[in-house]
Amino acid sequence: MKLPPFDYRAPTSLQEALALLADHPGDARLLAGGQSLIPILAFRLAQPALLIDLRHVPSLNHIDINDSATTLGAMVRWCEIEKSEPLPQAQPLLYDACLHIAHFQIRNRGTVGGSLAHADPAAELPGVAVCCEARIRLSSGQEIAAAEFFTGALQTTLAPEEMILAVVFPAWPAARKWGFAEFARRPGDLAIAGIALFYDLDMAGRARDAHIAVIGATNLPMRLSSAEARLNGADLNEAALAAVAQAAADSADPPADIHASIAYRKSLVATLVRRALVQAMSR
Amino acid sequence: MSVTTAKRPNAYVGSPVERVEDLRFLTGRGEYVADLTREGQWHAAVVRSSLAHGRIVSLDVDQALALPGVRAVLTARDIGIVPLIPLRTGLPSYQPYAQPAIADNIVRYVGEPIALVLADTAEIAEDAADKVISEIEPLPLVLGWDQSVNGQILLIGDTTTNVAGRHLASRGDAAAAFAKAPYRRRETFRVHRHMAMPMETRGVLAEWDSATSHLTVHGAAKAPYFNRKSLAKMLNMPEASVDCMECDVGGGFGARGEVYPEDFLIAFAARKFARPIKWIEDRREHFMAMNHAREIDADLEIACTRDGKLLGLRGNAYIDCGAYIRPSCITSVRNIATFMAGAYRIPNFEVYGTAALTNKTPAGGFRGPGRYESCFFFERLMDIVADDLKLDRLEFRRRNLVTADDMPYPLAKLEPSESPDGFLDSGHYPATLDACAHEFGWADKLKLNGTVIDNLHHGIGLCCFVEGGAAGPRENVRLEIESSGDVTLYSGSSAIGQGLETVMSQIAADALEIPMERIRVLHGSTNLLHEGFGSFASRATVVGGNAVLVAAKTLLETVRNAAAERFQVSPEAVLVANGVANASDGRTLSFADLGDLKLKAEGTFANSKATYSYGTAMAHVAVDATTGFTKLLEYQVVDDVGRAINPLTLHGQVIGAAVQGLGGVFSEDLPYDENGQLLVGSFAEYVMPVATDYPNIHATTMEQYPSPNNPLGAKGAGEGGIIPVAGAVGNAVAAALAPLGVTIRHLPLTPARVWELIQAARA
Repeated sequence: MKLPPFDYRAPTSLQEALALLADHPGDARLLAGGQSLIPILAFRLAQPALLIDLRHVPSLNHIDINDSATTLGAMVRWCEIEKSEPLPQAQPLLYDACLHIAHFQIRNRGTVGGSLAHADPAAELPGVAVCCEARIRLSSGQEIAAAEFFTGALQTTLAPEEMILAVVFPAWPAARKWGFAEFARRPGDLAIAGIALFYDLDMAGRARDAHIAVIGATNLPMRLSSAEARLNGADLNEAALAAVAQAAADSADPPADIHASIAYRKSLVATLVRRALVQAMSR
Repeated sequence: MSVTTAKRPNAYVGSPVERVEDLRFLTGRGEYVADLTREGQWHAAVVRSSLAHGRIVSLDVDQALALPGVRAVLTARDIGIVPLIPLRTGLPSYQPYAQPAIADNIVRYVGEPIALVLADTAEIAEDAADKVISEIEPLPLVLGWDQSVNGQILLIGDTTTNVAGRHLASRGDAAAAFAKAPYRRRETFRVHRHMAMPMETRGVLAEWDSATSHLTVHGAAKAPYFNRKSLAKMLNMPEASVDCMECDVGGGFGARGEVYPEDFLIAFAARKFARPIKWIEDRREHFMAMNHAREIDADLEIACTRDGKLLGLRGNAYIDCGAYIRPSCITSVRNIATFMAGAYRIPNFEVYGTAALTNKTPAGGFRGPGRYESCFFFERLMDIVADDLKLDRLEFRRRNLVTADDMPYPLAKLEPSESPDGFLDSGHYPATLDACAHEFGWADKLKLNGTVIDNLHHGIGLCCFVEGGAAGPRENVRLEIESSGDVTLYSGSSAIGQGLETVMSQIAADALEIPMERIRVLHGSTNLLHEGFGSFASRATVVGGNAVLVAAKTLLETVRNAAAERFQVSPEAVLVANGVANASDGRTLSFADLGDLKLKAEGTFANSKATYSYGTAMAHVAVDATTGFTKLLEYQVVDDVGRAINPLTLHGQVIGAAVQGLGGVFSEDLPYDENGQLLVGSFAEYVMPVATDYPNIHATTMEQYPSPNNPLGAKGAGEGGIIPVAGAVGNAVAAALAPLGVTIRHLPLTPARVWELIQAARA
């Protein structure tokens, strides 16, 4: 589990980092917090010729909150999100979900950009980004919707010479209802299944604009549209809860692995949708 | 004039003395084998089989050798006649099934060493290991005990069966008892494969001294003296030309410190190239290379009266030993048969333990070998019977537990066996049952049993157990008075993280009547004593500790004689007390005053009779039926260890062991696929308990029945903490889910498995 040989550069500007990336098409990897990449190297699942360490690249580690959006720079670390004072009000779902990420030591190093680029289907941030219709800002100048960015387990549309600069969350109405629930073998482990959801209330107190996203129980973070449809316009009662949970389980298409069967993951999806909805209703 | 020695009360033994080791460990001054480096050392990486069973067609090492910095690649061909690793436990009949030091022609599990790469750095060695190209022709696989026993595919050439051995533990006449029994119940159970997983992986640094033809192997643990014998034999060297050196050790748990293939390969390479060679196991290879354990299937039938008097137990236990019999594997085979109902008085008993080979990582001892599993099997069976016959679970056990009147109670007779028949030494087992019920509040919690509160299913369960300890044959200690008057204690026991230095210091300080701070403990390495035995089978405190008493007594006698000579009086006129020799006329000589004499004394404690700690554990769980997740609300264990030398380190052992046992119940698992590939290789898949998972564990120690088998009265206590865990917690989960129609017969109780069981019961 020693790392394979590689060259290492720590550029001090974005231009320099991008130039290095362009000079090594497909053969360089960006090193952000290293919480996924370093184990990948230790297991020799990847052997890039060059690691480009982003630690000295300025202006990637800001949290910007204004009336229209919240922007998290690619090098923002989980511990900075955790300590942010305005974020719990500005993006409560995002904030809450990030508290579920890994363990203390990992939260001190892991980054927003690293999590998005790694695209683990069980990771919290990609799921919340999809749920909230966040957009991912790339070095090419493009902004891409999170739902289009993730294409499969550990797969994204990111081109080899491209880099994530930030993720932009649309502003959050104060009255919005939300919930986040996940199930992992131990607190801090990758979720076997997790649910991020929110909805607004119409004048009659019924749910509208429901967003329900799943992590862990599918190959990529995704919204569960049939469950959202069940929730929209529904009176929030026990029958609705059951119907939404069931619709979510029915539409999820989970993989099986050594931790969980397909049936078990579907059942977890239903349970977690219900728990997240109960949270939302209590807010 | 004669002076009688004044007796002072023990100052240290029995006190919760803080560990003398901890300051060193907590300030980062421990020295582990990975911390050692030697001038000019080469680093080794092991090339391992990627197939579970196959014939090696070719091994191409050219590309690896071509890599800059690579010094050599060794394969079986370079070894010559590949030696088998000698067994530390088990009859000679097991030896044909022992593991070769490197795969010779045939590979039999994924992870078996096939080549050793030597290079200037560990990184280069690992790079090169990837470039050793092996062509292995697959052979048919044996992946379970049943397939192993049927023998259609034989794993070891020159043998006619995959059953490496079979033992019968018997007492009375089981056939007759079952024939007329008013009630019988037969059930099958299973404990899954998991492993010890010490925090520190293995490591070896071997040095060869060409001038003296002497080999020094660093990284020893557990049984350095036996391992020196094994290595010398495998290397065809005189024993005196090999030393095994002990560093600090980050956990043993039965698995660390046996001889593994790497111990031989690194030593062999050091001698061959006259170079220091270093190898530090990484965690990924640890999963496939270190001893696995616990995979046992049992088919048991119990006979009793309808009011709950046990009449008989019979059945079979099949141990999946993996591809070879490793040095300590057979202990679990013996124990599973002998101790299937260890704490109970069962007049008629007939239980077989069968060692079956499969194409998986070889198994070996793991804390409480055979005992952890038997507690799960038998205590589950007891609860199934209690439920069936509507018996009170406590009363059912109380009625059948071994009592003080039964002592010494003969163990079931084991055949074949290299050991004499054994006896439970002392105790009144219902006493810990009652004490545990009181501490735990069984009667109150019973009201919650089987209830559902906030969608959580509550259950309570219990388990009674015995823990064998103090394995023979003996242990040696030498005490030396330094010129400062301080005392150095050389022990043949080894430290595996259990606080050996503290406990030995306590015993010596009391025996010599000097402060603990004046005793320095050196242990484990084979250059300290002519012979030693080590730390396994919960033996160090009892056997090593009593050897300290013997040596101390001799040393005080030596001090008295030496002082008498200085005083020019007869030894009878000298009183040695509190570290000072006193003449009757008031003259005194301290140990320091006698320091120039280099006084020393050796002590040996020989022991053929094991000690048996015993106890009861109770657990309260709440199971979330929607996720299958079990929350352990409370766990209480009460044990009687005869005499607690240090309650603080004892509690640490018991609570740590309990958490380790909970890992086995709820999360740790080593699954294989149909190709014999191990499906876990990191802690992302192998789920260990963490410090915050199980906050409510309580341990209470009793000292009502000292062991009659040694002067300290102590009993081994390093394993008891883990032994009852699966029995107590398994019964608690079973009780919680019984209203849903679920019966618990298999471990682990992962959320996914518990959920599946609930679904199956509902279907």
